[in-house]
Amino acid sequence: MDTTETLAIPIPEQLDPPAVTGKMDLDLTTVGDFTVPEPRMKIRDVNVFYGQKQAIFDVNLDIGSNAVVAMIGPSGCGKTTLLRCLNRMNDTIDGCRVEGRVEMDGKNVYARKMDPVLLRARVGMVFQKPNPFPKSIFDNVAYGPRIHGLVRDRTDLEEVVHTSLEKAGLLDEVKDRLDQPGTGLSGGQQQRLCIARAIAVSPEVILMDEPCSALDPIATARIEELIGELRENFSIAIVTHSMQQAARVSQRTAYFHLGYLVEVGSTKDIFTTPKHQLTEEYITGRFG
Amino acid sequence: MNRTKQIVSGLARRQRAEKRFRFYGFAAVVLGMAFLLLLFGSIVVNGYKAFTQTYIELPIYFDPAVIDPSGEHDHQTLFSADYWKLVKTAVYQKFPQVSGRKERRELTRMVSEGSVYELREQVLENPQLIGTTQHVWLAADDDIDMLMKGYIDRDVPEDERRLSDRVIGYVDSMREVNAIERQFNTTFFAAGDSREPEQAGILGALMGSFLTLIVTLLLSFPIGVAAAIYLEEFAPRNRFIDLIEININNLAAVPSIIFGLLGLAIFINWFGMPRSTPVVGGLVLGLMTLPTIIIASRVSIQSVPPSIKEAALGVGASRMQAMFHHVLPIATPGMLTGTIIGMARALGETAPLLMIGMVAFIVDPPGGFTEPATALPVQIFLWSDSPERGFTERTSAAILVLLAFLIAMNAAAVYLREKVTKRF
Repeated sequence: MDTTETLAIPIPEQLDPPAVTGKMDLDLTTVGDFTVPEPRMKIRDVNVFYGQKQAIFDVNLDIGSNAVVAMIGPSGCGKTTLLRCLNRMNDTIDGCRVEGRVEMDGKNVYARKMDPVLLRARVGMVFQKPNPFPKSIFDNVAYGPRIHGLVRDRTDLEEVVHTSLEKAGLLDEVKDRLDQPGTGLSGGQQQRLCIARAIAVSPEVILMDEPCSALDPIATARIEELIGELRENFSIAIVTHSMQQAARVSQRTAYFHLGYLVEVGSTKDIFTTPKHQLTEEYITGRFG
Repeated sequence: MNRTKQIVSGLARRQRAEKRFRFYGFAAVVLGMAFLLLLFGSIVVNGYKAFTQTYIELPIYFDPAVIDPSGEHDHQTLFSADYWKLVKTAVYQKFPQVSGRKERRELTRMVSEGSVYELREQVLENPQLIGTTQHVWLAADDDIDMLMKGYIDRDVPEDERRLSDRVIGYVDSMREVNAIERQFNTTFFAAGDSREPEQAGILGALMGSFLTLIVTLLLSFPIGVAAAIYLEEFAPRNRFIDLIEININNLAAVPSIIFGLLGLAIFINWFGMPRSTPVVGGLVLGLMTLPTIIIASRVSIQSVPPSIKEAALGVGASRMQAMFHHVLPIATPGMLTGTIIGMARALGETAPLLMIGMVAFIVDPPGGFTEPATALPVQIFLWSDSPERGFTERTSAAILVLLAFLIAMNAAAVYLREKVTKRF
């Protein structure tokens, strides 16, 4: 579903044409150290194609343990595509091909014997638009543990649901109406419900694809706060359009441009002393 | 301000255009309703009288000398006895003044020949009747029925009329003593086909249609839904699958009689299945309905927001779990709608059934899937082809039964759909 976004006009409109040629000549090899000590996942030499069109070029990136890495960049830069490589959600898109290695515990998740079902249980995902199931709040959260057989009985299940909702900061608001439809919640609550649903399976990594883009500032602040709390137990990769958000929630930031990872480093460094010209122009708001 | 003026000057024209369009739409709806009313109206006007039938009250003396000479109530004797003689005796007694061979024949002909079965049934059920005299209401002949329903014009010269002045006189005299009247036509709902309108009923065709549709549903719904799920979710995207999709879409437009030929060639001639049976009819109609159900199911699966499926996959559901837990529950109402449309079409289908022999004249209502049967639309077709005036109104009545069957079927499906559709 994100193909349109990823395939959108690669050159941001704000760029005036003469500047483009100048930019295109720039060296797009990654600036900064893409490795971290004890990474949870490793992306190595990944190229992604949609049919004939290449969307990601030779990207290397580590996802650190108990840390938040933010992926920023203008529309169509491939950050969502890369994020969806981490739990093989790109498999569902026709004509999408991934080359290179995405490693988890030293194993390539794109290996033939790797089951995407197991992978997605270990790498959860929160989507751009809140997408609760058209079922009760309880069933939304209980779905993952149920299908994976993670709970023995109803008491167990209830505990998992309560813990997950609590971790997602939603329990107090919904505990009296767990049998009500999840789709009846407000946008921010729905997104927190989706987060609760993702963490109910106890994944190791949580991928967030612009989780706040459909939310108002108050709900956004709530989610950002939540991301900070979740970091203690999970490794998080977040795609965001908001640089302020990246600065607030992440420890590392990766800047993408036209499918290349242009610069990666600690969030502080990226936002205070960007080394690459494109990064600097983007974070200073000259384009993007 | 010039711009505002320009816009205002165009506004009136735009509003008029909208008003005009609304009127066209409304007129179209009214016209449609009018035609529908006309259609139903004419069918009802033609058919409602078939739900009643003229009966004649006769004092029948169950003469032991005629029906049970041995006095042993032997089943075989009672079964093959001459009950017509009882009717004749009763009619002669009622009109003692009538004499002469021709006149007496006219007299007895007023009673339906089917009366003998009615009397036989009564006697077999209750042999105590033998030797007694009972006042029995027996069905009148269809010509008498037509006269009672006002379809025979008394002003037409006698030699151009189906009934002579004498017979009309008998009827009128019976009417005066309330010995002839129209009652609810139970035969119509309890009997199979017959050459005589007053003995003909819809039950055989109704049962035939019912059994046929069960086979159709059992065949086409599971296969259609399974095919739709496979094509939408699991099929690889290649030329072979494209070819299959094109063929399914084309099959939906194939004239139904072709399916009848297919059924004749394959099910009957090759597999040697019995002809004229609901099982073969159901198989043929099932094949005919399959493309409709597949297409409708695919459309309703496609209309489920992909975000739901992604959410399921995101927490680690397999493709099949995502499909069965999340996509199908949302798609089910649409699938059922497609199935209703397909089944309604199958119910009204005549041509393929003609090819596999369900057009045969079958008197006994079928008791199972492999017994010869006919179907409602075929029965309508057969009756509309019959010259007797009695069949004309029964044709309309059969159409009403077909419509009622259709409404009942759709109502059941809609009820089911409302039940499966979760409210959130």
